[in-house]
Amino acid sequence: MAARKTTKKPNVSAEELTTYYREMLLIRRFEEKAGQLYGMGLIGGFCHLYIGQEAVVVGLEAAAKEGDKRITSYRDHGHMLACGMDPGGVMAELTGRIGGLSKGKGGSMHMFSKEKHFYGGHGIVGAQVPLGAGLAFADKYKENGGVTFTYFGDGAANQGQVYETFNMAALWDLPVVFVIENNQYAMGTSQARSTSTKDIYHRGEAFGIPGEIVNGMDVLAVKAAGEKAVAHCRAGKGPYILEVKTYRYRGHSMSDPAKYRTREEVQKVREQSDPIEHVRELLLTGKHASEDDLKAIDKEIKEIVNQAAEFSKESPEPSVEELWTDIYA
Amino acid sequence: MATEILMPALSPTMEEGTLAKWLVKEGDTVSSGDIMAEIETDKATMEFEAVDEGIVGKILIAEGTEGVKVNTPIAVLVEEGEDASALPAAAPAAAAVTEAAPAAVEAPASAPAAPVIDLSPDWPADAEMKSETVREALRDAMAEEMRGDEDVYLMGEEVAEYQGAYKISQGLLDEFGSKRVIDTPITEHGFAGIAVGSAFGGLKPIVEFMTFNFAMQAIDQIINSAAKTLYMSGGQMGCPIVFRGPNGAAARVAAQHSQDYAAWYMQIPGLKVVMPYSAADAKGLLKSAIRDPNPVIFLENEILYGRSFDVPQVDDLTVPLGKARIWREGTDVTIVSFGIGMQYALEAADKLAEEGISAEVIDLRTIRPMDTGAIINSVMKTNRLVTVEEGWPQGSVGSYISSVVMQEAFDYLDAPVINCTGKDVPMPYAANLEKLALITTDEVIAAVKQVTYR
Repeated sequence: MAARKTTKKPNVSAEELTTYYREMLLIRRFEEKAGQLYGMGLIGGFCHLYIGQEAVVVGLEAAAKEGDKRITSYRDHGHMLACGMDPGGVMAELTGRIGGLSKGKGGSMHMFSKEKHFYGGHGIVGAQVPLGAGLAFADKYKENGGVTFTYFGDGAANQGQVYETFNMAALWDLPVVFVIENNQYAMGTSQARSTSTKDIYHRGEAFGIPGEIVNGMDVLAVKAAGEKAVAHCRAGKGPYILEVKTYRYRGHSMSDPAKYRTREEVQKVREQSDPIEHVRELLLTGKHASEDDLKAIDKEIKEIVNQAAEFSKESPEPSVEELWTDIYA
Repeated sequence: MATEILMPALSPTMEEGTLAKWLVKEGDTVSSGDIMAEIETDKATMEFEAVDEGIVGKILIAEGTEGVKVNTPIAVLVEEGEDASALPAAAPAAAAVTEAAPAAVEAPASAPAAPVIDLSPDWPADAEMKSETVREALRDAMAEEMRGDEDVYLMGEEVAEYQGAYKISQGLLDEFGSKRVIDTPITEHGFAGIAVGSAFGGLKPIVEFMTFNFAMQAIDQIINSAAKTLYMSGGQMGCPIVFRGPNGAAARVAAQHSQDYAAWYMQIPGLKVVMPYSAADAKGLLKSAIRDPNPVIFLENEILYGRSFDVPQVDDLTVPLGKARIWREGTDVTIVSFGIGMQYALEAADKLAEEGISAEVIDLRTIRPMDTGAIINSVMKTNRLVTVEEGWPQGSVGSYISSVVMQEAFDYLDAPVINCTGKDVPMPYAANLEKLALITTDEVIAAVKQVTYR
C-alpha cells in the first residue's frame, strides 16, 4: 500500500480540488447507500462497491477530454458517476427498475452510456480488455483523436486475453490507456499468491508498452499520470500502462466476509491513506475551504444520493414486455 | 431523528440469518464504517457496518438469536439527547420489494410466434445467370459491401498478404489496403474481442476464423460480449459484426478440425446464424449479414468453397436472413437441411424420385432466426419430415425442428420425425471410419423410406 505523500503546496486551484473532493465524495456516499439498499433487499445479486478506490477514476477523468471512451469490469459504479452518468439512473439500475440506465435489464455489472462514452460494465473478468482495445481500434480507424481508458484489476491481469491484447495494441499502435486498478486482492486471493511479478505493469515491457506505478490514493498523482499517458496515446505512440495502486475497503462483493485480510490492514489504509481525507486536508491546510464549506458540500452530496435512492425505489419495475425487447436491433 | 437498523441481506440468496454477536452496546456512539455486529448468513459470518452516525439507543434482537428475517429491526440508532422510544412510525422501505416482485409471473412463457411464410423470389426470374464458385461469391460479397461502406473491414489470420488460408479474401488487400484488410496474430480470443469492441465503437467488422474450430477460443467474446450487450444495455449499444469461416468436416483432418457448430450458436438469443449451401445464397446472405445491425455467425464449408452454382448477375444481390428456400417441391415427404447437408438431401431426393417418392427439399439457409413457418407449411402438405445435418445428434438443429413441429403441427404428422445426423463420435482420421462417421445420402434415403412406410 502506497502511503500518502501529501504534496505540501500542490500546484492546483481551489476550484479543482473542490471538484475532486465533491466527485470522490459522491462515489463514496453513493456506494454506502448502495450497500445499505442491498442490505434492505432492494438491490439483488452481486454488488461490488468501489469504496477506497475513488481517486483512480476521478483522477483519470480529469485527464480525459470530450469524446474519450472508457470501459471497465463489474466494479463499475464509480466509473459511471465519474464520467457524469446520472446517479439516479445508476441506482435505479441497481434496484432493477425501468428508470435504470439499462432499463433494469443489466444490473450492477452491466451498464452502458453511449452519450457519456461509457462502454460497460462487463461481468467476465478480463473480457473488457480486448473490447477496450477495439474501441481504440475504431478511434484510430476513424482518425478522430480519441483515447480509450481500459480499466481492469490485478486479478484480470492474469487472464490470457490481456496479453493477446497487449500484443495487438502495441503492434497496431492503438490509442489505449490500460489502467490496472491494483487493489491487491483478486476476490480473496492476494497479489502475492496469484501473480508471479511484483509490479504488473512490467509485463507490458515484453510487448514494448511503457508504463508506470501510480499512487492511486492521491488524486493529483493519478491525474498527472493520466495526462502523461493520454499525451502518449494522442501522439500516436501506441498504448500506455498505468498500474494504479489502490485499495478497496469493502469485501469483493456484498457477500464477501473478507477473512483473507485483517481488520487492522483495512483500518490502517483508511486512517493513513484515504483519498478523500487527503483532498480534504489539502483544502483545509491550503485555506482553500473552511470546515463549513466542506460541510455544505457533504450536505449537497448527501442530498444527491438520497434523491438517487428515492428515484431508484420509486421507479417501477420494467414492464413484462421488456422481457422480449432489445434482443435484436 | 431515531432510525431503525434492519437485519441486512448480506448475500444474493439470504432470507434470514443469525445475529451472532453484537460488537456495540446501548449508549455507544457509532459512525459510518464502524462494525456493529457479526451476522451469520447462509454463506459465511459477515461483519455488519454502520452506515449512519448516531448513538445505539436500543438493541432489539439479542445476540445468539437465530432465524432473524431480513429487514427485521435489530437496533435503534438515536441522535444526541434523543430517546430510543422516539421511533418513526414509517414502515421499513423493504416493503417496496415484496410488492414489486410478483409482476414477472405474468410474463408469457415463450415469444409469440405467428408463422409468416415469405415465398417471394430472391431475385427476378429472368435474371442472367453465371456459374460461380462459393469462394468467388463470398469474396464478391465482401468486396461489394466494403466498396459501399467505409466502416466495413476484414480481420483474421492470413486474410491479407497470404490472400486467405482458403483464398476467400483473394484480392481484397490489393483493392482496400492494409487499413481495411488486416492480418492478425494467431490469437482468436484477443482479436475477436478487439473486433467486438470496434463494433461498439461504430465499425462493422468481418472477422474470419481460419476455421470455426478455432472460434472456441473466442466463444466468450462472441456470446457474452457480442450477443448480449444490446439486451444488457437496454437497447443502447448493439454489435454489428460478422464472424465467418469454414465450419464442419473437411476431409481427413480428424476430431479437432471437423466439428459442426450450427447447433451451438443456434441456441444463443442475440445471435443470428447463417449456413448457406449455394453460391448465390452465400453471396446474398453474406451481404445481408454485413448490413445487419446484429452479430451474425456465418458458417461456411470448405468442401463447398470450390463448388460452382448459378449466380444471378444482378446489382446488389441480397437474400434476407431468416428466410428458407424451397429447392424442390414434392408431396410425399419434407426433407429439411442446410449447408453441406443439402448435398445429401438433394441427392436423396433425386434417387427417391426414381422410385416414385416425391420429396420436398427445404434449405433453411438461416438457422437463427429459423423459418419454422416454411417447415410447418410443408409438413402440413407432406405429413412426413426428415432433417439432415452434419452435426451430432444430441441437441441438434434437427431435434429443435422436431420439437417445434411436434408442438405446432402434431396433428399433421403421419410418422415420427427422423433426424439424420453425424454419428455421435469425435471425427476419426482413418478414411473408412471418417466415412462412417459422416451423414450419407443412403441414410437419408433410408430415413425417408421409414417415414413413408416403404
